[in-house]
Amino acid sequence: MRFFLVLLVAFISANQLLGQNCNSILLGEVVDFHDNTPLVNATINITGENLNATSDTSGKFRFELLCDGVIELEISHPDCKSQFVTMTIEGDTYQKIRLEHHLEELEEVKVIGDIKNNTNSSQEEKLSIQDIEKYSGNSLGDALKSITGVSSLNTGANIVKPVIQGLNGSRVLILNNNVRMQDMEWGEEHAPNIDINSNQNISVIKGAAALEYGGDAIGGVIVLDPLPIVRADSLFGKTQLNLFSNGRGGNITTTLVKSFDTGLYIKGQGSFKRLGDLETPNYLLSNTGLQENGISINIGKRDFIQGWEGYYSFFDSDIGILRASHIGNIDDLITSINSQQPNIINDFSYDIIRPNQEVSHHLAKLNYYRRFEGLGKLSLQYDFQNNRRLEYDVRVGDDAAKPSLDLRLTTHTFSSTFQLDSYEGLEVKIGTLGRFQSNFANPDTGVRRLIPDYDKFELGLFTLAEYDLGESLKLDAGVRYDFTQVDAKKFYRTSRWEERNYDQEFGNLVIDDLGTQLLVNPVFEYHNISAMAGFQYALKHDQILRFNYAFAQRAPNPSELFSDGLHHSAARIELGDLRIKSESSSKISASFERNGDKWGFALAPYFNAINDFILLEPNSVEFTIRGAFPVWAYRQTDAQLIGIDVSLYNNWTSHIRTDHQFSWVRGTDVSQDIPLINIPAANMNNSISYSNASWKDLTITLESQYVFEQERFPPNITVFSPQQQQDVALDINTPPPAYHLLALDMTTQFSLIKKNDLSVGLRATNLMNTDYRDYLNRLRYFVDDLGRNISLRLIYNY
Amino acid sequence: MKKSPVYLSKLNVYALLISAFFLIVSCSDDDENPVAVDEEEVITTMNVTLNVSGGTTITLQSQDLDGDGPNAPEISVSGSLSANTTYNGVIELLNETETPAEDITEEVAEEDEEHQFFFSTGGAIIEAQYADEDGNGNPVGIEFTLTTGDAGNGTLQITLRHEPKKPNDGTLADAGGETDIAQSFPLFVE
Repeated sequence: MRFFLVLLVAFISANQLLGQNCNSILLGEVVDFHDNTPLVNATINITGENLNATSDTSGKFRFELLCDGVIELEISHPDCKSQFVTMTIEGDTYQKIRLEHHLEELEEVKVIGDIKNNTNSSQEEKLSIQDIEKYSGNSLGDALKSITGVSSLNTGANIVKPVIQGLNGSRVLILNNNVRMQDMEWGEEHAPNIDINSNQNISVIKGAAALEYGGDAIGGVIVLDPLPIVRADSLFGKTQLNLFSNGRGGNITTTLVKSFDTGLYIKGQGSFKRLGDLETPNYLLSNTGLQENGISINIGKRDFIQGWEGYYSFFDSDIGILRASHIGNIDDLITSINSQQPNIINDFSYDIIRPNQEVSHHLAKLNYYRRFEGLGKLSLQYDFQNNRRLEYDVRVGDDAAKPSLDLRLTTHTFSSTFQLDSYEGLEVKIGTLGRFQSNFANPDTGVRRLIPDYDKFELGLFTLAEYDLGESLKLDAGVRYDFTQVDAKKFYRTSRWEERNYDQEFGNLVIDDLGTQLLVNPVFEYHNISAMAGFQYALKHDQILRFNYAFAQRAPNPSELFSDGLHHSAARIELGDLRIKSESSSKISASFERNGDKWGFALAPYFNAINDFILLEPNSVEFTIRGAFPVWAYRQTDAQLIGIDVSLYNNWTSHIRTDHQFSWVRGTDVSQDIPLINIPAANMNNSISYSNASWKDLTITLESQYVFEQERFPPNITVFSPQQQQDVALDINTPPPAYHLLALDMTTQFSLIKKNDLSVGLRATNLMNTDYRDYLNRLRYFVDDLGRNISLRLIYNY
Repeated sequence: MKKSPVYLSKLNVYALLISAFFLIVSCSDDDENPVAVDEEEVITTMNVTLNVSGGTTITLQSQDLDGDGPNAPEISVSGSLSANTTYNGVIELLNETETPAEDITEEVAEEDEEHQFFFSTGGAIIEAQYADEDGNGNPVGIEFTLTTGDAGNGTLQITLRHEPKKPNDGTLADAGGETDIAQSFPLFVE
C-alpha cells in the first residue's frame, strides 16, 4: 500500500542568513500527530545532499555538520509516501516532525479497494468498478441489484427503487456525497434522482447500523462517494459510451479530474441518456422512452490539517410512463389483468408523451474539516437540495398541458461531526444535525393535492464508538436521538374527513371550513431513538465473523400521513392516516465470510422485528362517477422479516471462475398472520466466467438469474364490477410465475496511447428473449417485462 | 494547552449553526394559508332525459358531489318506462362543484371527435342507438334512442370515453381511451 502523507509544519520565517557556518546540528523528533508517540524507523533525507538518518526508538534523529540556511527534508516511513519539509538551520536546531500515523484517516489518498467500511459489525457490500461500468447505462437501482439481498421495486424499466432485504422507500436512505437525498422517496413510482455515473464508490449497508447517516434507515443505507482524488499534479479523464438495442438509444458520460500537489482538486462530470420505446419479446411498450441529463462538479482542497469541498450536482429526467398503464377505473384494471397484451401499442418512437414524469434535482454542499492535534477531527457541512416533480396525466381540453402533480421540495441541512481518534484503538464520533424542509404543492394543476404543503424540522444527535479489543476483535456501538416536527396545511374533503372519523379525533386542527373542503393544520412531533452494537471478529484463514444488533425508529413520511385522493396514473385511491406513529425496528444480523484469493463465501442471516410497521395495501373499493377504484390504504401492524443472503465464489483455474448468490426473505404481518405485500421472491444468480490476460484481457461471463415465484402474498380483494354487474375477484396481489433469464457479457482491453486505456464490452441481457413478469414491477398487471437487449460499451481512460 | 481553542471553536460553530438554523426558520415561516383547489373539468352529475311523445318524461341521474371522496354516486330514476316504446334520450353533464353549475356537455360536444358515449343494455331494455354524429360521421351519443321490450327489469349502462379509437366497433374493448363516466341505472319497464 502506498499512501501520501500530508504534513504541516509551522514555518519559521526565514531570517536573513548569517555568515556561512557549517557546524550546526539538527536534532529532530518524529512523532505521531495524534498522541505524540514517537515513530520508529522513519527515514530522513536532506534533499540535494547525500545525507540520511533513521529515527530511533524514541523517534529521534540527528544530523551533524550542517551549513546554516534553508534545507528541505524528505521524511518517509514504511507505511507512508515521502513527505517534504522545508526548514531553516540556524546554529544547532531542534525540529519536531508530526506524522499522520492513522493511515485509515487519510481517506483522500486511499487506494481503490482499501476504502474502509462504514461500520465494522453490520452487513455491508460494495459495487466493484467493473459492475458500475457494466450498469453505467442503466439506473442506480439496476446496478445495486448485483449485490446479494438487494432487489428493486420498479414502475417499468426506467423507474427503479432499491429494496434492501425486503424494505424500500423511506426505509432506505441514500447518501450522495455525504448528503442525504431528499427527493420524495416516499412514492412507489419515485426513483432516486441520482446519476449512477456521478459517483464511482458505491456501497450498501444492510440495516440501520450506520447511525451517523440517520436513525431511520430500517432497510439500509446506500452510500455514494466519489473515488479518492490523488494528491499530485495530474489531469485525467474517463469517457464511457453505451449503446442499447432495446430502446434504440444509449448514454454517454465523461469525467475530468484536475488535481494539484497542493491538495487542490476540481472534478467535473456530465452524462446524457436517451432511450426510445422499450420492447418486450412480443410487442413494443409505447411511451417508455427516457431522457436524462446529469452534471456534477466537485472542487476542494484537502490537507492533513484542514480541507474543504464544494459540490454541486444537477439531475434531470423525463420518463415516459407506459401508455397502457394509464387506466380509467377498476373495470379497465380487470380487463388489463385478464388480457395478456396492452390495449395500446403504437409504432416505435423516441417521443415522450403523456403520461410522464419530469423530475429535477439540485444538490449543493459545502463542507469543511479541521484536525486538532492530539484530539481529533471536526467536520462541518451545509447542504441544500431542491427537488421538483411534475407528473403529467392524460388530460383533455385546456388542461392537457398542465401537470396533475407539481411538487417542490426544498431542504437545508447543517451537520457537524467531531471524531475523537487520539487514543490508539478507540475512535469516538459525536455529531449533530439540523434540517429544515419545505414542500410546496402548486395549486395551478387544477387537481387536488395528493401531498400537502408542509414544513418539517429535524434535529439529530448521535454518538458512536469503535474500539479495537486486540488484533482480531473490534467492537462498535452507538446511539442517536432524532426529533421531527411536521407542520402541514392540508385541504380535506369534508366527506373524507368524516369518513375517517377525523372530526372526532382531530376536530381542533380545522382552521377553515369551505363547505365541501376543510383546511386543517396538523402539527405532529416525533421523538425517536436509535441504537446499535456489534462486533467483528477476524478468525484464521481470512475468515471474518460479524454480529450486529440495531434498534431504529422512523417517523412517518408525508405520504403515509397525508396521502388522500385519486392517483390517476395508478388508477387507485391512496389514503394516508393522521394517526400513524413512528415504526420501530429491532434487527439482528450476522455474517460469516471468507475472502480468499482462490475461493470465498459469505453467509448473512438476519431477523428484523418491526413494531407498528407502516404498509400500503389494497383493502377496498370506492365508487365514483367514473367507475370504481381500488383503495390503497396505509395501516400499521407488527411485522417480522427473516432472511438470508448467501454468496460464494471459486477460481477453478487461473482462467475460470464461478460466482453464486442466493437471497431469500420472508415477511409476515404477525398481527393478522398474513404475508406482507411486496416482499421480493427468493432469487438465485449464478455466473461462470472465462478470462485470459494474454488475450487483450478478455473476459467472457455467462450469467443466469432465477427468480422464484412469490408464493406468500396477502389475500386478493373482491370488487363489484359495474361493467359485469357482479362481484369479481381482483387478482391485484397475485404474483406472476417464476422466471429464468440468461445474460452474456464480454470485455476486452486495448492499448491506444496508454496501457489498457480502452475497454470494449458487449452485453446481452435476456438472451433467450424470455417472456416474464416480475412481482415487484408495478406494471406487471399490464405488460411483460423487457425482452433481449444487446448493448455495447466503450470506456476510454485518458 | 491546545484543547481550549478547540472547544471554543466548537462552541462558536454550534452557535453559528443554531443561529443560521433560526435564520432559515424565520425567513421561511410564512403564515399564509395555501389556496384551495377547485377541480376543473370534473363531472359530478349526469342527467339523462328520456322523452316519448305523449308519454311521461323519465329522468335518470347519477350525482357524485365529492368526486373521488368516499361517498358513492347517488343514482336516481324518476319512474318506470313504458313497454315496447322508443324513447329519445339526451345526456347532460354538469360540474356542480361550481356555482352556477358548469355544463360539461358543451365541452364534449365541441370536442366530439375525441369523445364517445357507449351504451350497454340488459333485461327489458332492448337496445340503444346513436342519434348524432361528429364531424367525421362517427357516433357521439349525446343524443340517442332507447327501445324497451316487454315489462320487466332492465339495466342501462352508460360509459363516456375520451380519446377512444374512432371509428370503432361499438365495444369498449375495441374503443380503448380513458373513462370519464361509467354508471349503470337499474330500470323498470311496465
